[in-house]
Amino acid sequence: MKWLRWGFRTVGEVLITVSLFLFLFIAWQLWWTDVTASRAQAVTVHALEKGFGPAGTPRPRAADPQATLTKVPFGQAFAIMRIPRFGTDYAVPVLQGTDSDTLTQGIAHYSGTAFPGHVGNFAVAGHRTTYGKPFANIDLLQSGDTIVVETKANYVVYTVDHHVIVTPDQVAVVAPVPQHPGVQPTQAWLTMTSCHPRFSATQRYVVFAKLVRSIPRASGLPASYMAVPAGTVG
Amino acid sequence: MYGALWRLMPGPWPVKLLLCLVLVFLVVVVCFLWLFPAIAPYMPFNGNSVHSGLPFPGPVTSAI
Repeated sequence: MKWLRWGFRTVGEVLITVSLFLFLFIAWQLWWTDVTASRAQAVTVHALEKGFGPAGTPRPRAADPQATLTKVPFGQAFAIMRIPRFGTDYAVPVLQGTDSDTLTQGIAHYSGTAFPGHVGNFAVAGHRTTYGKPFANIDLLQSGDTIVVETKANYVVYTVDHHVIVTPDQVAVVAPVPQHPGVQPTQAWLTMTSCHPRFSATQRYVVFAKLVRSIPRASGLPASYMAVPAGTVG
Repeated sequence: MYGALWRLMPGPWPVKLLLCLVLVFLVVVVCFLWLFPAIAPYMPFNGNSVHSGLPFPGPVTSAI
């Protein structure tokens, strides 16, 4: 009897310990990764801003400012995404390549898709929850909303066109002409993908935006583009 | 096992309690800084998914 009681107690204690570890993991995944990633991403944005130099001051022009953005080493941050709908202080770095590592460091650019402002599809992915959750509120984006992608050369301004919810195998959303693979692109698109529903990876929430204009960094970004749209909650 | 741990701690009960709290804190730190970051990529909700059908290298990524 004594051994039986000891056995039951030990099994019980092990199960309680396992459950505590599982709760601890959830806390880490949903809360702590956000705390650390947000901080790290803010540091990256700050470093990018410093590297880009101040806006509105004419600098010696490179031979072709766009040329710098046809090749970016994997894992390197090369742009800042600003979305007024998510708040004027919303600024997240965009990194080259979409592996789990770059996704924890900001918004990840699908390798092989166009660069900001170029004809084709500038396709990016971002976490919906955890790791700074840059696209937490992607479902709040409405058609007409402004998205600014800031690079060393330009402010690339897009406006949201429409969204779709697809299964993860629908890779045509990042095609040069979104959802029309094989078609030669004539316009510049921005495609943002994130998980849907929240806390799940079963579907993708995909937002398509069209290029409005590219503004040289030297001219500065007109303040009107950063105005928070009406009806924004929080 | 928790009983054994308690008996293993030296000193009167306030000291035992303090030592246990320090131990719990250390376990949490090790989990948060090393264990969980190491196992997170293997979680089904964190994995990259599709690798085919693209005209270029690079997976369509799952990002929760």
